[in-house]
Amino acid sequence: MSVNNNEREVLLSVNHLEVTFYNNKKRFRAVKNACFDIYKGETFALVGESGSGKTTIGRAIIRLNHTSDGEILYKGKKINGPLNKEEKLNVVRNIQMIFQDPAASLNERATIDYCVSEGLYNFHLYDSEEDRENKVDRALESVGLLPEHKSRYPHEFSGGQRQRIGIARAMVMEPEFIIADEPISALDVSIRAQVLNLMNKFKEERGLTYLFIAHDLSVVRYFSDRIAVIHKGRIVEIAPTEDLFNYPLHPYTHSLLQAVPMPDPRIEKSKELVIYDESKRDFSGEKPQLREIRPGHFVFANDREMREYEAKLSEMEKEKKTV
Amino acid sequence: MENNKNIILSVKDLEVKFKVRNRVLTAIRNISLDFEEGKVVAIVGESGSGKSVFTKTFTGMLDVNGYVSKGEVWFEGKNLMNFKNDEQWLDIRGKKIATVFQDPMTSLNPVRTIGYQISEVIIKHQGKSKDEAKKEAISLMERVGIYNAEQRYNEYPFMYSGGMRQRIVIAIALACRPKILVCDEPTTALDVTIQAQIIRLIKELAKEYGFTTIYITHDLGVVANVADVVAVMYAGQIIEVGTVEEIFYTPKHPYTWGLLSSLPQLGEKGNELFSILGTPPSLFEEIKGDAFAPRSDYAMQIDFEEEPPMFKISETHYAKTWLLDERAPKVEPPKTIRNLHEKMLALTAKGGIYGER
Repeated sequence: MSVNNNEREVLLSVNHLEVTFYNNKKRFRAVKNACFDIYKGETFALVGESGSGKTTIGRAIIRLNHTSDGEILYKGKKINGPLNKEEKLNVVRNIQMIFQDPAASLNERATIDYCVSEGLYNFHLYDSEEDRENKVDRALESVGLLPEHKSRYPHEFSGGQRQRIGIARAMVMEPEFIIADEPISALDVSIRAQVLNLMNKFKEERGLTYLFIAHDLSVVRYFSDRIAVIHKGRIVEIAPTEDLFNYPLHPYTHSLLQAVPMPDPRIEKSKELVIYDESKRDFSGEKPQLREIRPGHFVFANDREMREYEAKLSEMEKEKKTV
Repeated sequence: MENNKNIILSVKDLEVKFKVRNRVLTAIRNISLDFEEGKVVAIVGESGSGKSVFTKTFTGMLDVNGYVSKGEVWFEGKNLMNFKNDEQWLDIRGKKIATVFQDPMTSLNPVRTIGYQISEVIIKHQGKSKDEAKKEAISLMERVGIYNAEQRYNEYPFMYSGGMRQRIVIAIALACRPKILVCDEPTTALDVTIQAQIIRLIKELAKEYGFTTIYITHDLGVVANVADVVAVMYAGQIIEVGTVEEIFYTPKHPYTWGLLSSLPQLGEKGNELFSILGTPPSLFEEIKGDAFAPRSDYAMQIDFEEEPPMFKISETHYAKTWLLDERAPKVEPPKTIRNLHEKMLALTAKGGIYGER
C-alpha cells in the first residue's frame, strides 16, 4: 500500500502499524493498521481529534510507545521493536520531538543552557566545552533568543519563548526528522505565526522533514505538504494538502474540515454544522481498506464505497473545471 | 455609545490594579463599554491583555491581590463596584451573571456526582426541593445534549469526555437562569468538531433562555461565528469596538490589522506568515501614548507622546488610534486583509463549506 514514487526518497515508512494498550485484561487498539510514507524534505501532517491516536503514532516512531505489530522503517532500517544499543541511540539522535506544552517539557530546575545542551551531553556531540557553548549559542540565536538568556530558568520566559527553547533544544542535535506534536496549540495567535515561520525557515535551510501533529486545519493547510486524517486510530484519508481541502472524500474528513471556524462573519453565520455520526453510516459490504483513488490520494473504503467516492470525486472535478 | 438601546450592563472608566510583590500592576486601564441586552459581545486579544480580568470584575471574582481602583459597573440599577462584602455578590454571581470557564475538568468537583453538582445550584438559588431539583437537573442535562441523562445523573466528572463536561458546566451555569453568561474561552480546550457543537449549543440556548452572552476568546474564527459586537483589547484597554462585520471587513486600528494579518488562512505557502513583532508593554510601568505604538508599523510621533481618544467611525464603530485624527496621513489597511471576505470565499468552495456535498 505504500506510495510508489520513484522521484522522491522515502525517509520514514510506517507499515501496518498497530499500537495496543492494556488495562488489566482489557485491550485497546490505539492505532489500527496505519500505513504511510514520509518523503525527505516534506511536511507530513497527521490530523484528528484528541484520542484519535495521532500522538501515539508520533511517540511510537521515537520509541516512547511499544508497537504491537507492523514496522516502522527509517531510511529503510527497522526502528521499532528490539534494537541494539547503538541503533537505539541512532534513532534518538536523528529524530527529535517538539512537544505541545513548552512549560511541561522543559526541566524547570535546569538553566536554559543545560536544557538545550542535554542532548549534546548525552551523545558527546562536542569536541570541547567551547565547542558546546558555541553550538548552544548558535541554536539559541537561530530561534531568536540571545546567548545571555542561557543562565535563566524556563519560568522566566513567556510561552512563545519557551516553545522556541523547545525548538532550539531539538535543533541543536542537528536532526534530519522532527516530530512536532501540536507545537503551537498552547500559544497565542500572534506568537503562533513566529513559531511556524521559524519551523519553515529550518525546513528550507536544513532540508528538514516534519511530522506535524495537529488538530487545527487552518494551520495545517498553510504549513504542510500532505495530510493524513486519522479517526479512532484508523487513517481514513491521505492526500496532498490542496486535494484534501478541495476534494474531501471520507465523511469524517468532511465534518472535520467543516468544523474549522473561518475568520469571516458572513461565511460563519451562514454555515450549517455537519456532525459525523458513525452509527448512521452504511457499513455493508466487505471490510474497507486504505485505497488510492487518485495519484497520492488515499481513502479508507471498500468496493461499494469506492464506487461512491469515485462518482463524487469526478463530479467535484467537473464542477471545479466549470468554475 | 449612549442612546436608547436596551443596555443590560454598563462599564464606566474601569481601572483594575493588582499588587504583585510590593509593586502595582494596572491590568485594566480606563475601559468604558455598554453591553446591549440579548447581543453577543466577543472580547478578543492576546493573553495578558486583560480580557478575563475585565469580565471577572462583573462577578467580583478578582484574585485577592486585585482591586478596582476606579470606575463603575452598572447592572440592574446598582453599581456593582460599591459592593463591600461577598454576601452582596452572591445575589449576582452565578445567579444573574454566570461564567463558563475554559477547562471543564477544573471547574467541576471531581468527587461529586454530576447530578449533585447541578441540583446543588438549583436548590441553593431557586429554593426547590431535592426531588424537584433532580427533575430539573435531568431536563437541563437533556437540553445540553446528554443522552441517557437519568442514568448519567449519578456519574462522576471523570466518566465524561471533555466536550460532555463542558456541556455540564453550561448546564450548571444555566441552572439559575442568568441574565448574562460569560464564556471565558469555553472551547479552547476542546477539539474543533466538539467546539463547533458547543458553540452552536450556546447560541441556541441564548435564544431560548434570552441571556446576553459575553465571549472571551482569541480565536477569530469563533468570533466570526458567534459575535454581534467585537471588542479588541490590548494592554488593558479596548482599542477598537464595532459590529462583527466592521471589525473584520473595515478594521481601523493597526493592532486589529495585525491580528487579522497573522491568520494562518491568509498565509501563502512559501511566504512567511505575518507576525506582530515585539511583546506587549509591561503593565507595571505607566504607559505613555498609544500602548501599541512600539510594535506598530504605522506609529507616528504623537503615538509616543499622547494617548489617543476613542474616535467615532460610525454609530457602532469606535477605535483608539491617532490614525483617525483628521491631521493624520491617510493610511490604508495592509494588503493581506483587504477583501477578506473574497479571500475566504476563494479558500472555501460553496459558501464557506470546504469541498462539496
